[in-house]
Amino acid sequence: MAKHHVTATLNGNAVEFLCETQQTLLEVLRDELQLTGTKEGCGTGDCGACSVTVGGRLVCSCLVLGVEAQGKAIETIEGMAEGTNLHPLQRKFLEHAALQCGVCTPGILIAARSLLACNPDPTEEEVRYGLAGNLCRCTGYNKIISAVLDAAREMRGV
Amino acid sequence: MDTKTIRPDEKALRIVGTRPVRPDGVPKVTGLARYGADFALPGMLWGAILRSPHAHARIRSIDSSKALALLGVKAVITCADFPEQKFEFVGPERVAINFWHTTRNIMAREKALYEGHAVAAVAAINARVADEALRLIDVDYELLPHVIDVDEAMQPDAPLLFEDMITRGVEPAPDRPSNVSKRIEFNIGDLEAGFAAADEIVEMRFKTAPVHQGYIEPHACLARFDADGQGEIWAASQGHFVVRALTARLLGMNIGDLLVHPAEIGGGFGGKTVVYIEPVAAALSRKTGHPVKIVMRREDVFKATGPTSGASMTVKIGVKKDGKLVAADGVFKFQAGAFPGSPVMNATMCGFAPYDIANVRSVGYDVVSNRPKSAAYRAPGSPISAFAVESALDTIAARIGMDPLKFRLLNAAKAGAPTVWGPKHAHDSYADTVQALLDHPAYTAPLGKNQGRGVASGYWFNNGGESSATVHVNEDGTVVVATGSMDIGGSRASMAIMAAETLGVEYEKVRAIVADTGSVGYTHLTAGSRTTFATGIAVVEACNKVILELRARAAMIWSVKIDEVIWEDGWARTAGKKPGTREPLSLKGIAAKRAVTGGPIGAEASVNAGGVAPGFASELCDVEVDPETGSVKVLRFIVAQDVGRAIHRSYVEGQLEGGAVQGIGWALNEEYIYDAAGQLLNAGFLDYRIPVASDLPMIETILVEVPNPNHPFGVKGVGEVNIVPAMAAVANAVNNAIGRRLTELPMSPPKVLAAIDAGSGG
Repeated sequence: MAKHHVTATLNGNAVEFLCETQQTLLEVLRDELQLTGTKEGCGTGDCGACSVTVGGRLVCSCLVLGVEAQGKAIETIEGMAEGTNLHPLQRKFLEHAALQCGVCTPGILIAARSLLACNPDPTEEEVRYGLAGNLCRCTGYNKIISAVLDAAREMRGV
Repeated sequence: MDTKTIRPDEKALRIVGTRPVRPDGVPKVTGLARYGADFALPGMLWGAILRSPHAHARIRSIDSSKALALLGVKAVITCADFPEQKFEFVGPERVAINFWHTTRNIMAREKALYEGHAVAAVAAINARVADEALRLIDVDYELLPHVIDVDEAMQPDAPLLFEDMITRGVEPAPDRPSNVSKRIEFNIGDLEAGFAAADEIVEMRFKTAPVHQGYIEPHACLARFDADGQGEIWAASQGHFVVRALTARLLGMNIGDLLVHPAEIGGGFGGKTVVYIEPVAAALSRKTGHPVKIVMRREDVFKATGPTSGASMTVKIGVKKDGKLVAADGVFKFQAGAFPGSPVMNATMCGFAPYDIANVRSVGYDVVSNRPKSAAYRAPGSPISAFAVESALDTIAARIGMDPLKFRLLNAAKAGAPTVWGPKHAHDSYADTVQALLDHPAYTAPLGKNQGRGVASGYWFNNGGESSATVHVNEDGTVVVATGSMDIGGSRASMAIMAAETLGVEYEKVRAIVADTGSVGYTHLTAGSRTTFATGIAVVEACNKVILELRARAAMIWSVKIDEVIWEDGWARTAGKKPGTREPLSLKGIAAKRAVTGGPIGAEASVNAGGVAPGFASELCDVEVDPETGSVKVLRFIVAQDVGRAIHRSYVEGQLEGGAVQGIGWALNEEYIYDAAGQLLNAGFLDYRIPVASDLPMIETILVEVPNPNHPFGVKGVGEVNIVPAMAAVANAVNNAIGRRLTELPMSPPKVLAAIDAGSGG
């Protein structure tokens, strides 16, 4: 069967790709576009490692088909920093040692950015529930929560 | 602050104990770091593995002709593509390996021994064709009766996994085969006399469920083989030298013909200390002449890679009225999974280790059943026996009306106290971890309705062993430190800190990397809490060799003897008869003159590090139990652990926090659930529920620093002991909250509710 031709915006750039009907957005990003920063932890939408935004909405890219990206704006971890300027969340994750192995980190950063876009001044509990869809097995979440709260403070300018 | 240090350092250190940003940090927050699944090569094929749908079946035949006929399929392999291995247990008993078993675990031979057991593999032009080919492989299975539960597997009429397995460690040897691979027993003192002298005795039975390490990154690798038999592998593992050794052995090739590159690793916790897919990808590459990539699915990670053992245990403890422990007896029956090799020996050794008890017996059974072969998981074995022992201690302390922490303090093993396995304890920091909790205001803080508080302790050996490091001074005075230790949670930062501290240069001038198997000397696994200790010693030794060389270069520049040059805070200075007669030379200054003073400056150190000091931890847990649902919420959790000395404070705290949370998951949620056919019902993160952020409070850590005299900076190893007390701490808190003792893990809502109902009914 012929592949589908899809045009979309990826991290602000126009992009086009061919994909099979059943190929997920995660597979397209990793295997067709070589953007391997988005990780596969489960393939069933349970771990959040593959979090990206499509049209501004936070999704597990393993649960989205590549063809669904048609005409949409996709944001991945590779587009989070502006050139060599890290996003405040990225900087705070490093300062707080909020990653150990780091494989869940891209997904958590994307999810945290979406969380702060909706709620720029979250409580600790709101961050915990906001990130409850992102599994981290290394850290016990302490330093992730602290980093997100600290980044939120900085982004609010306080 | 959620961290405090007791016994602060006497010696001023510039960088050790601080919190600099890790050198490998930026690529890990920008998505550019490359993990196991992130590698690709031109002409690469995708490998996929066919797995047994049955818990126990004889493999009569495998017909792969239809799969091979599918367009895009390049090869199908089975056990016939791997050489047979000799049946022998090699290495120290605690971690012995038998390659006859290992080769059967990576690819079934006579029988499939668990659901998910690999039986064949394909290489194809893409993942979809590879998956399609798997469906075309025809395996003729003869179904056999299976056994899942450890107690059932030990019954005389249980289905046998190996028809010729005679229990090791029993004299005289049994005349009938069984599923018991091994029996071990340790004894000290006179158990009968000990119990006879006791004023109070408790005897309790416990069960724990197997739990998975739950690393977020599924196993993944890429293998490439040349026509001359040499090969390369890119893999996420806890030790690329071990991947090289195991893969070479399983493929029947020379170690020197295999180069293994360390991919970043997305969590391991013990589960990536062994190989599953690397030899398979390598065999497919060898057969096809193309690079082959294999990435496991999450379902397969649960079904076919090592959880740690579930166990069935009996613990009996005798105590005097004044609280002194006089006798302890433990029987620990561990599921090994489908092949021998559970961590039961560790369990028998660690269970009573925090305590000074004169009369102890500790018995272990290593039992096979139709489950995936167990693999190491964070202090393997110790958390399981600690759950039983620490629950029993809590019970007996309550019975004699003694405070559980003061009870532990009274019986704490100090240097010179016996261990059940023979040698006397050489370190006595256990009591410090108990005292840290006693001194904490949380211990006496009031509790609300349906709330309870529990404490527990734990012991872990920690490890030393073989490690290598190279240290090179660059021409601009910066330094590169290369080690063979996989960085699983900030070890590059620790290595850079120790090198910068030793050399007397700034942290930012030192870059630490993980070198491949061809570029640095043999280095054992990042496991056993050994890396900062053993590889740290190699780094410091290499730095000291570099300092010797720097002094020699300065002596040459100054035309003095090397004895007249000292190295101080990153500078060469004259000493001896004419101190300070020359302008000091910096590392940078010496590096600039390296070409005219003898060439590049660098050194390698390879060590087999001894002098390891064990880890002790004590933990406090407050819970609230919902009497309507049986749900347990952890309100407070404190880890007090002797860390020797923290090199990078944040990553040390991170180990304590992460270990505690894994223990909370083990206590409350996690378990393998099988149906009557021996098939796993919860092979995914939805139904195998590891803790999420909203389940937890901030974990509080107390870094007890009692430096290890056998490490240049006092390191003891911090990665594992934090998980050991956790399940018992939660169980003791639940007991305190509802007045009922839960003796089976996990303490999931139905079990807690049943305990509450049994309490109110009775």
